[in-house]
Amino acid sequence: MTREHPGLFLAPAAVTLGAVALFPALAVLWLSLEERSPLLAAARFVGFDNYTRLIADARFWNALANTVYFSAVSVALEVLLGLLVALLLARAFRGRALLYSIILLPWAIPTVVSARLWEWLYNADYGVLNYLLGTHVNWLGSPGWALHAAILMDVWKATPFVALLLIAGLQTIPRELYQAAALDGAGAWTTFRRITLPLLVPLLLVVLVFRTIDAFRVFDAIYVLTGGGPANSTETVSIYAYKVLFQALEFGYGSAVAVSVLAVVALLTAVYARLLRGSMT
Amino acid sequence: MKLVRGMGLILVAVWSLAPFAWLLITSVKPTPELTQLPPLLPSAATGAHYLAVFTGHPFLRIIANSAVVAAASTLLALAIGATAAFALARLRVRHAPLILVAVLAVSMFPPIATVSPLFLAINAVGLRDTLMALIVTYTTFALPLAIWLLTNFFRQVPVEIYLAARVDGCSAFQAFTRVILPLSAPGLIAAALLVFIFCWNEFLYALSFTSSPAARTIPVGIALFPGLHVVPWGEIAAASIVVTLPLVVLAFAFQRRIIEGLTAGAVKG
Repeated sequence: MTREHPGLFLAPAAVTLGAVALFPALAVLWLSLEERSPLLAAARFVGFDNYTRLIADARFWNALANTVYFSAVSVALEVLLGLLVALLLARAFRGRALLYSIILLPWAIPTVVSARLWEWLYNADYGVLNYLLGTHVNWLGSPGWALHAAILMDVWKATPFVALLLIAGLQTIPRELYQAAALDGAGAWTTFRRITLPLLVPLLLVVLVFRTIDAFRVFDAIYVLTGGGPANSTETVSIYAYKVLFQALEFGYGSAVAVSVLAVVALLTAVYARLLRGSMT
Repeated sequence: MKLVRGMGLILVAVWSLAPFAWLLITSVKPTPELTQLPPLLPSAATGAHYLAVFTGHPFLRIIANSAVVAAASTLLALAIGATAAFALARLRVRHAPLILVAVLAVSMFPPIATVSPLFLAINAVGLRDTLMALIVTYTTFALPLAIWLLTNFFRQVPVEIYLAARVDGCSAFQAFTRVILPLSAPGLIAAALLVFIFCWNEFLYALSFTSSPAARTIPVGIALFPGLHVVPWGEIAAASIVVTLPLVVLAFAFQRRIIEGLTAGAVKG
């Protein structure tokens, strides 16, 4: 047989990922040590100045707190509701394929479109939400409500995704286990507690970390829904970094803010990789 | 119990669909009625917002941009990704599991953390405000997804088939293109769908790298939808319906493939 040359097969992907993904991820570290504008060539090396500024920046800490709160609450809700929906949908029934397609829709549409859609639902004067609830709340205009409004939208969009993953997991649980439990006279709750849940835990953890990584990077949804307002009450770290980069045109400091997202995500990814490896063996 | 289940299922369907229903209703409501509630339903359906979207804005251009970018990126990511995935699935690659973990890590990169260096690079090579800038970026960041999914799918093709082709005189590349690829068509479709949806929906890079309707894509167009004095909700709703339609068609036509792709990575590992 001729030789295989696996390197040649890997080369195009390696070059692309190296040049357009890995190189920028390293370059951003370098940029975060500079003071520069995106449009002028001039740049000045300032060492760790951007990071000392970051630590003293109250707006950054506010954005970080918002991001953590948004991620924690929305992911918790998504995993809980996703599990509920998965249990509801896992058993065969007529029209299941149709329902699968329906719950795919919120996940499949552009986040920007869903943000515009919810912006309209939340509209203080003409929004259908206020009409249906009989209230007159300025959902997106009051600091107490806006972040929760964003969370609800994220839950709407991401719960189907979680549910579909968990359904796939439920279907890998051997039927014999349930038959044996039924023979032993176990009720629905006991069966869930003793069989379903323990066998689903590895996948639940994987989904939990995966969704947390995604939620922590949140940008599109909130940028369109509120732009980070009112009074920065929905500003996440990604949004703050974007504003520093492309509105204040401070590429050095903006990169430092962005590096903080990278650091957290890198940490979560390490956990995720471990979990995946655990669930594979 | 059965009744509770049935009601639960209906609730799930209504919860998922209701916002879309409102979007559809809004898109055909005459403008004066947009600022009136009740009634929920329009007195008569109008196509005015749809007409305005296509005549008053460079909307067709924006849709074409998105189609070109998503199609080109999907093709490139699949070609490059399948080649690499084949090696990882079937050839003797040292540290293949480690390579897969590294690829996974790239898929987790927050876009905000790579946008500033990429902006400078794109600016330096004169690609700012071009579709090419988006195609290169999307191809790259869709690659991890393509590689993971396809490695998984290629591994499901029995190794004996590959070996038989090799014994019959195929080179590794021929065995890949003539035997493995055709046998993995369902997997390729699943990967193509997920990559296409990713490219069709991407926002942060598109927002940062483009500045004119000539290179603007749908998410940016919808996010920056211009309004003179008031927000044109009817037109935004109509535009949203138009750009959502292809995804609705995909979700219904390829529901099984999409779900297969979504779950392949997480469940089977």
